Amino acid sequence: MLPSAEQLKSSIEHSLPGVAITPEGAVLVVEPKDLITVCRHLKHHEPFFMDYVANVTAVDYPNEQRMDLVYHLYSMHHKHGPMTLRVKLNRARPVVASVTPLWRGAEFQEREVYDLFGVQFEGHPDLRRILMWEGFEGHPMRKDYVVEDQDAPLPHPR
Amino acid sequence: MAVIGSGVLRGMVVTLRTFAETYLWGRAVLRALRVPPVDGLVTIQYPDEKQQHAERFRYFPFLVYDQTPDNLRCVACKICEQECPPACIHITMAKDAQGRPLKAHGRTFPAQFDIDVSICMSCRICVDVCPFEAIEMDNEYELSGGDRVQEMLFTKARLLKSDGYFHQIRPEEARVVDQRLAAKKAPAATTPRPPA
Amino acid sequence: MDPTTIDTAPHVERELLEVNLGPQHPSTHGVFRMQATLDGETIVKLKPVMGYLHRNHEQIGEGITYIASFPFTDRLDYFNAMSNNFGLALAIEKLGGIPVAERGEYLRAIMAELTRLVNHTAVIGFLLNDMGAFGTPLLYAFREREKILDLFEAASGSRMMCNYVRPGGVREDVPEGWLAQAKQLVDGYPRFLDEFEALLTQNEIVRQRAQRVGILPRELAISASVTGPMLRASGVNYDIRKVDGYSIYPTCSFKVPLGTVGDVYDRYYVRILEMRESVKILQQALKAVPGGPAISSKGAAISRAPRTFRPPKGDAYGRIEAPKGELGFYLVSDGSPQPYRYHIRAPSFINLTVLEDLCLGHKVGDVIIILGSVDIVLGEVDR
Repeated sequence: MLPSAEQLKSSIEHSLPGVAITPEGAVLVVEPKDLITVCRHLKHHEPFFMDYVANVTAVDYPNEQRMDLVYHLYSMHHKHGPMTLRVKLNRARPVVASVTPLWRGAEFQEREVYDLFGVQFEGHPDLRRILMWEGFEGHPMRKDYVVEDQDAPLPHPR
Repeated sequence: MAVIGSGVLRGMVVTLRTFAETYLWGRAVLRALRVPPVDGLVTIQYPDEKQQHAERFRYFPFLVYDQTPDNLRCVACKICEQECPPACIHITMAKDAQGRPLKAHGRTFPAQFDIDVSICMSCRICVDVCPFEAIEMDNEYELSGGDRVQEMLFTKARLLKSDGYFHQIRPEEARVVDQRLAAKKAPAATTPRPPA
Repeated sequence: MDPTTIDTAPHVERELLEVNLGPQHPSTHGVFRMQATLDGETIVKLKPVMGYLHRNHEQIGEGITYIASFPFTDRLDYFNAMSNNFGLALAIEKLGGIPVAERGEYLRAIMAELTRLVNHTAVIGFLLNDMGAFGTPLLYAFREREKILDLFEAASGSRMMCNYVRPGGVREDVPEGWLAQAKQLVDGYPRFLDEFEALLTQNEIVRQRAQRVGILPRELAISASVTGPMLRASGVNYDIRKVDGYSIYPTCSFKVPLGTVGDVYDRYYVRILEMRESVKILQQALKAVPGGPAISSKGAAISRAPRTFRPPKGDAYGRIEAPKGELGFYLVSDGSPQPYRYHIRAPSFINLTVLEDLCLGHKVGDVIIILGSVDIVLGEVDR
């Protein structure tokens, strides 16, 4: 069983000096510059050994000018988890290091976050659109994306 | 030592058995060999034969009326329009020239009730949320037409079907619905009399 | 000229050929494209291209209530509608703290295991179709699948787009006689599996084509977040039913079958063994179904009036062992009846990460069956 968020915070900060983690409920908020250090520590060191990244996604907060990345980590070795990490990025220029060199499974998920939200992942081996077609402009899942007119005939206007 | 091809031959025994099961003479042969039966022909030759569906089979909604079509249960509350996931229902309440709602049988009623067949997902959420048991699911599925707007948009007249029809296609569900309506109509009868 | 020396003959000019496998192709399981670079018939590079079935499910989910998302989840992995509903119901229950009725818990798990039978049967049928067994195993599989779909229709009203599971239990109780019918089908299933195995497992053609093809090493499988039968065929013991212990699974006894090599044959065989374990779970669950309501009162209230459900602010990640892998739903609530963020962690999408590694060095015919063994459904890959 994983320890509580407070215990995780003190354990990680103890092993990695210079890294600050803020627990929000059960979620650990990590600074963007510390992401790779923390993830590498969580992946290779006991008692964590988080070798499985289940979910990488983003949440858009236009009113607070930020975009959050959410990571759900589990351990197939120890069969524990989830550990939820949140990284708060500046919405005007969302850039963060990619975790694909650590966990191959993040490759397609980070491409999807880039495609739909516009977050740039530095160090990703192949960052291009995955669900939208090449040449598509805009990032559809952002809250301020305006859907273009759908001109199929409908009996009643929406 | 395993014979090369024994796996393929074993598989062929299975196919031969299924083949034999399809014909009367084959079934007799299998019975004589005391082999338990498998399913033979399972194809239903549509449209000459039609599959018998379960009672709960749902396809497209319809509006319920009691006795006469103008005594429909719908009061145009628009809850189903709001909750419909693909937003395929369009309702306008019947109003007079001044914008006041008209009433029939003591209730408001819809002037317009349109559902778009090609958008409806058959999800049944409109039935689940209706507080008046006014809309239920029909099980007719041969509804193809030639025109996108004229034939694919079902108006109120086409949607109205009687409560008797509802009992005919869904006896179990109609029974439960009738119980719910009776419980709503007679709350006074269930309150216990005060002790003398 | 001796064919074995062609590759090393210096004066023979070779060009790499770039081919599109898909998007319309009967054996790519939907609209899915692979850009393959071939050297002769051998794959040198393979890039999967997806997005042809992208229907913007996540953005639609942000505009409608939680309950109204259920019919859309049916269409995610359109083979396993009941499982998808189950995943979303778990996530909403975590988010809103909704209790579950016990009978509803058993009915949901029974539907989920029947869905597993449906999926694995159909997938093996499709895999054999891809190998060239032109229809026979596929139609045998579909004949059994029809019986289970008839059960789904009797309970929910629809064969595939069931929309049956709700937070708090299931939408309505199963009709009279359904449990007995299900028991009869489940008891007869091992006989069908024996027949299916007699047709396929020892078949020399299947073995020649499927063994030592598309080997997925253990470490790559874990690193690439592969889940489901594909992971277990590579020898990793990770089954969410055992790890998370959700629903009634802690009370059922079943094994988790593992493969050894991680090739296409192991992925096929692990699915057969998983079906046998599912039959065991179903037999135990059908015997132990309690009486009582099929949905808790809070769940019934939410189902009847979706707009009144306002979960507290926060987020929740609910995951299940869907037949294809880990299906997860991530919900962020801002206190309103519509979710603020609704994300689906789709197993087929993430299992495709390793497609290139599996296919390198193999021939085009092997690529088709490797894709068949990965078991993708485009509704889930593209959402």
